[in-house]
Amino acid sequence: MRSCRDITALVSQGLDMKLSLGERLAIGVHVMMCSRCRNFQSQTQFIRKAAHRYTEQLQQQLDKKS
Amino acid sequence: MNTSNQLSEALLAEHRPVMFRYALLQLKDTELADDAVQETLLAAWQASANFEGKAGLRTWLIGILKHKIADHWRRSAREVVTAEFDQIDNDEDESDEDAFFMSNGHWNGGPTTWNDPEAALKQQEFWAIYETCQNNLPPKMAKVFMLRELVGLEAEEVCRETSLSDANYWVTMHRARLRLRECLEIRWFNQSKTKKEHRHA
Repeated sequence: MRSCRDITALVSQGLDMKLSLGERLAIGVHVMMCSRCRNFQSQTQFIRKAAHRYTEQLQQQLDKKS
Repeated sequence: MNTSNQLSEALLAEHRPVMFRYALLQLKDTELADDAVQETLLAAWQASANFEGKAGLRTWLIGILKHKIADHWRRSAREVVTAEFDQIDNDEDESDEDAFFMSNGHWNGGPTTWNDPEAALKQQEFWAIYETCQNNLPPKMAKVFMLRELVGLEAEEVCRETSLSDANYWVTMHRARLRLRECLEIRWFNQSKTKKEHRHA
């Protein structure tokens, strides 16, 4: 059984590369039982979305200024 | 002009959005960023006969772009407001992940459930907090995070840009996400929860 530290590291890696089937299964089984890692998973996806939105907004703000 | 190693305009244009975001984050000005990208594409077009290996095209382009950005700073007397990506030194803090987990690998504290994160995206105040949290990352970590998530480079490109090994990249991104997550939770999601409770009280 992998620890929360290992699972969240995998979740993070999964945002930047394709994980193996085994790794994806390990995450799936773990987050079914662990709400904190489940939260981590959805929150890191949210952070990615926020980062993209942040860049778009920065661009719009700067456009208005010039 | 039509030799086989001539880079096509279309091929160069593909990298335009990434280059623009890269320039924008450093120059903080859309017009200047646009100019820098334009100059880069022109220079790349003119030098394309010297370019070998299309696999590293974006790395090559960003190399040129960096020079254009440096030229801009040299020309202008303006103070450098933003932390320039290249000026950043190492700031490895090996112990910092330990605060998030206990020695057995279980969460120390750890993520609570966030109430309606989508709604936060629509609130001005949230973006101020987001910016604070992002700026609070240690410089090197912030650079890696921004190159990946804001500029949109692939992981291996970020490694090349920052001379990080694969292993260090994964650790750095993981820590950046742990820190950002915690910061947003403390400064926004837990705060708004308290606010709402007060309102209903």
